Amino acid sequence: MAANEQKIEKLQDEINQLREELQQKERELFDLKFKKYHDNKYCLGLTATDIMRYSRQMLLSQFSITGQIVLKKSRVLIVGMGGLGCPCALYLAAAGIGEITIIDYDEVELTNLHRQVLHGENDIGIPKILSAYNRLKNLNSNIKIIPIHTHANSSTLTDLFKNKTFDVVVDGSDNVATRYLLNDICVLNNLPLVSGSALQMEGQLTVYNYNKGPCYRCLFPVPPPPDTVMNCGDGGVLGPVPGIIGTLQALEVIKILTKQGGVLSSRLLTFDACEAVFRNVKLRTRNSRCAVCGDDPTITSLIDYEEFCGSSAHDKVIDVDILRKDDHIPVKELPSKPETLLIDVRPTLEFAMCNLDNSYNFPYSYLKKGKDLDKLRKKLEDYSTNGSEVLIICRRGNDSQRAVLQLKEIFTDLPLKFLNVLGGLYAYSNSVDASFPIY
Amino acid sequence: MNNNAYNINIFSGGAELLFDNKRHYNIDLPNKDTWKLGDLLIWLRDNLLSERPELFIQNNSVRPGILVLVNDSDWELMVSSDLWYLICSLCQILCKYAPCP
Ligand SMILES: [Zn+2]
Repeated sequence: MAANEQKIEKLQDEINQLREELQQKERELFDLKFKKYHDNKYCLGLTATDIMRYSRQMLLSQFSITGQIVLKKSRVLIVGMGGLGCPCALYLAAAGIGEITIIDYDEVELTNLHRQVLHGENDIGIPKILSAYNRLKNLNSNIKIIPIHTHANSSTLTDLFKNKTFDVVVDGSDNVATRYLLNDICVLNNLPLVSGSALQMEGQLTVYNYNKGPCYRCLFPVPPPPDTVMNCGDGGVLGPVPGIIGTLQALEVIKILTKQGGVLSSRLLTFDACEAVFRNVKLRTRNSRCAVCGDDPTITSLIDYEEFCGSSAHDKVIDVDILRKDDHIPVKELPSKPETLLIDVRPTLEFAMCNLDNSYNFPYSYLKKGKDLDKLRKKLEDYSTNGSEVLIICRRGNDSQRAVLQLKEIFTDLPLKFLNVLGGLYAYSNSVDASFPIY
Repeated sequence: MNNNAYNINIFSGGAELLFDNKRHYNIDLPNKDTWKLGDLLIWLRDNLLSERPELFIQNNSVRPGILVLVNDSDWELMVSSDLWYLICSLCQILCKYAPCP
């Protein structure tokens, strides 16, 4: 095992070195090939390479050479290099935005690749902004990409805005706290915020704080209850859905920068991928009593957004701990109990993706709703003739704890002891068998 | 045939978790002189919501983070000061979550 890890590390180093070398040579080649076009005696404001490279968008009358020069001088901030940020950055870099700052704290994971199209198989484990930087630089070496490896919060963004200016901000974040944070900083700096979201088979897009339109707070003055907010890790998402929304975000950025009009302000574009229906919904205008963009704002500097939203600014799950000590069993003991009834309380969809031998699927949601309880009772009654412990497992060890509480309550009459498998299938994969897929 | 005039399309678009995971409902409302949006939301809560109604209605209005759209417009545009817009049988109601993630 250790030898394997050493080999991985060695290969990684070699690849990084080769990649750097390759990149250098590729840029050298590009420069040599296109050097003759670098002079710009025939065109004002752009190089001859620029004219050729961006000609297909400059031929548009709404865009023209003026639009290209504007893009070249523009500075865009993209927060989040995930499902939205990746396609957005890709198109903005390709379009020739002069300076793109990208912020993200996460590292690339295997589960990201189906939708976060800037990252590849060989980027797993490295910061997202680094793999995004490499990919964007390969696409367009003539623009400036500024990668910032940090968590976007009040203090990091305050620092960033002290040192840099931007023309537009793109919200590619995955949580409510960051949405309020970006909204407020955009209002305080008088910047348009291009906001997108994508979950499951639904996408949404709008531009906040632009041309007398509303800000996020005008629409949602009070944050939603934390437990009602879903994330991609739980709800799932089909890759092209954020792909479409992120690409539309890039489009709105270009329209804002080049002052073409028709910007999606005071309107919400919703995309229903199931039915292939786009709706364009009319939104309220700016609320004069809005706490941040209103006539008499109460928020005049950034606040603590995690506290305001009652949730943390990432989409990771927070572990619960609601049982007594003796209601748990360490996951390592699982292999020594092949005869013990093991109930997997994940949704049937997840159970179908991967499951442990001999585990019995009864979703926690059924317990909550009281669905099929008679079936479960039968199963438990049959089992109670030769066993007394019942092990409850789920994905991360949270729902299984809730399930244990419910089961104890529902089946008080049965001579059974319900035990929570600590840490769930995550822990199983980490400390028993690494070949069980973590998702 | 049902003689009441209120046949309404409800889309849970985005908020379907609250609506038994169904995205589309075609409902006939009970007879009543006028149906107002506020009445309808309460009716939806009492008749369509599968679980945890408090995740839809709080303090007699929709809970924070849900946007109600009537005929492709933000309901705020219709209710202005009077929260209870009169609905007609041509209404399409769409309930959306706040854009997140
Ligand atoms: Zn506002």
